[in-house]
Amino acid sequence: MLVRGLRRKIGVILQLQVNGDVHEVDVPDHWTLLEVLRYRLGLTGSKQGCDKGDCGACTVLLDGQPAISCLVLAREAEGRSVLTIEGLAPRHVAAGGCGVDPVQAAFDASGALQCGFCQSGMILSAWALLARNPRPRPEEVRAALAGNLCRCTGYTQIFDAVARLATAGAATAPETSPEAVRD
Amino acid sequence: MLRLPSFRLEQPDTLPQALALLDQAGPEAAVLAGGTDLLPNMKHELRRPSVVIALSRVKGLTGIAEAADGAIEIGAMTPLAEVAQSALVARALPALAQAAALVAGPQLRQRGTLGGNVLLDTRCQYVNQSHFWRSALGFCLKKDGTVCHVVAGGSRCVAAASADTVPALMTLGAVLEVARHDRTRQLPIDAFFVADGIVNRRLEPTELLTRVRVPRPAAGHRGAYGKLRERGSIDFPLLGVAARLDLSEAGVVEHADLVLTSLAAAPRRVAGAADALRGSAPGHAPAEFETAVRRVAELARRQCRPLPNLPGDHEWRGEMVPVYARRTLLAAAAGQGPVHHV
Repeated sequence: MLVRGLRRKIGVILQLQVNGDVHEVDVPDHWTLLEVLRYRLGLTGSKQGCDKGDCGACTVLLDGQPAISCLVLAREAEGRSVLTIEGLAPRHVAAGGCGVDPVQAAFDASGALQCGFCQSGMILSAWALLARNPRPRPEEVRAALAGNLCRCTGYTQIFDAVARLATAGAATAPETSPEAVRD
Repeated sequence: MLRLPSFRLEQPDTLPQALALLDQAGPEAAVLAGGTDLLPNMKHELRRPSVVIALSRVKGLTGIAEAADGAIEIGAMTPLAEVAQSALVARALPALAQAAALVAGPQLRQRGTLGGNVLLDTRCQYVNQSHFWRSALGFCLKKDGTVCHVVAGGSRCVAAASADTVPALMTLGAVLEVARHDRTRQLPIDAFFVADGIVNRRLEPTELLTRVRVPRPAAGHRGAYGKLRERGSIDFPLLGVAARLDLSEAGVVEHADLVLTSLAAAPRRVAGAADALRGSAPGHAPAEFETAVRRVAELARRQCRPLPNLPGDHEWRGEMVPVYARRTLLAAAAGQGPVHHV
């Protein structure tokens, strides 16, 4: 009973695998994955926009698939791998690359942002697309980014950034060798 | 910032466990599938369940399979993206594949499920707002209030049925498998919806939708889905149209159906559509077929009077009814679709 009472008081200890690290966090049942990322783990790269699944600013990758983290209960993410924008560059470096991830570099080179609020979700959706399809056609790029809204750019530079990588043969696919990434 | 109200989360591993939990909690419980409808509604305080029963760990509720009798069975927890990408669904049930592919955006289709879409709550521009917004205007019939902001003096909620897959499943004669702790029943989807915007589904609080079963389609089955929405990338339908044409070997229409959604609290079948189209032959006598299609489009226009229950101009939605009815039927006949503005 004591243990049960304690559990209730502090919530439930969750094990979350975020960007390759395992975090133990105590979270009430009604907290979303986004709230845990931002307010327990300090990973504020995932943005809190509409908070109801319209804007895509909170997009993270759950087992490699883009997911709206404001509509995923934190406890439902247990046992799954979470990748946030903060995890991209370390992952790239760990794979032998240098600097930021090629998708981030392409967004930079294409000027694919103004205020930057949509950018982390946009980059992760693009990253997931390129991981499964290194040479997407323009309509596939548009379809893959349909769930991420941008109020500044008019999308052109964002599509340019992804097209830049698609033409380069998609350096970002996880199975791609680091040499190919540098080329 | 929209926070979820607090609740106790249950994550059962098996269907009997889930049904037992649901039986104990009754109307206090909400069932969580993909969460893409339930969680925003809870954030808006349209629902405040004390217990949320998540189905993500329950085995046996996902997957698409062809039964021995040729029927196609889809588990209620199958993601919409999987329904949209299934070669079997695309070949046998094109209207359903097209409808599933047009629900929301890619992230939400990955998480949202077919069962969740069938059970989607009704929507209204005066309802799908934050508690603060609704309290400022004054609450309405759907939740916490006694008036309707859509129909002055209205006593019946007119929030719109907004599930894309439902009209497609209605044209296909789908049957819903619904489980309770002590029994399972099969319910034709045609008998599942009622014209009450507060709750338009005939599902008891202790019941769970487990499977959608679509009878084997005719050899010459053609289907298509048309969707009108504000933004091509993500929005709920302002109008959804599902068409079915079953052609004989000679190419003559033997059976036809047209079902519309997002107009009223229940999806609506266009009366007289089957009779008007039966006997025409799109391949051999296209002009005659098009005349029949125009007659059906006119029937749809006369039978549907959109209300200002969804964002945008409702008279424009009314004008779009015959346009989308016609285009969707023509797309079905040509083996094409979906009909979509972007």
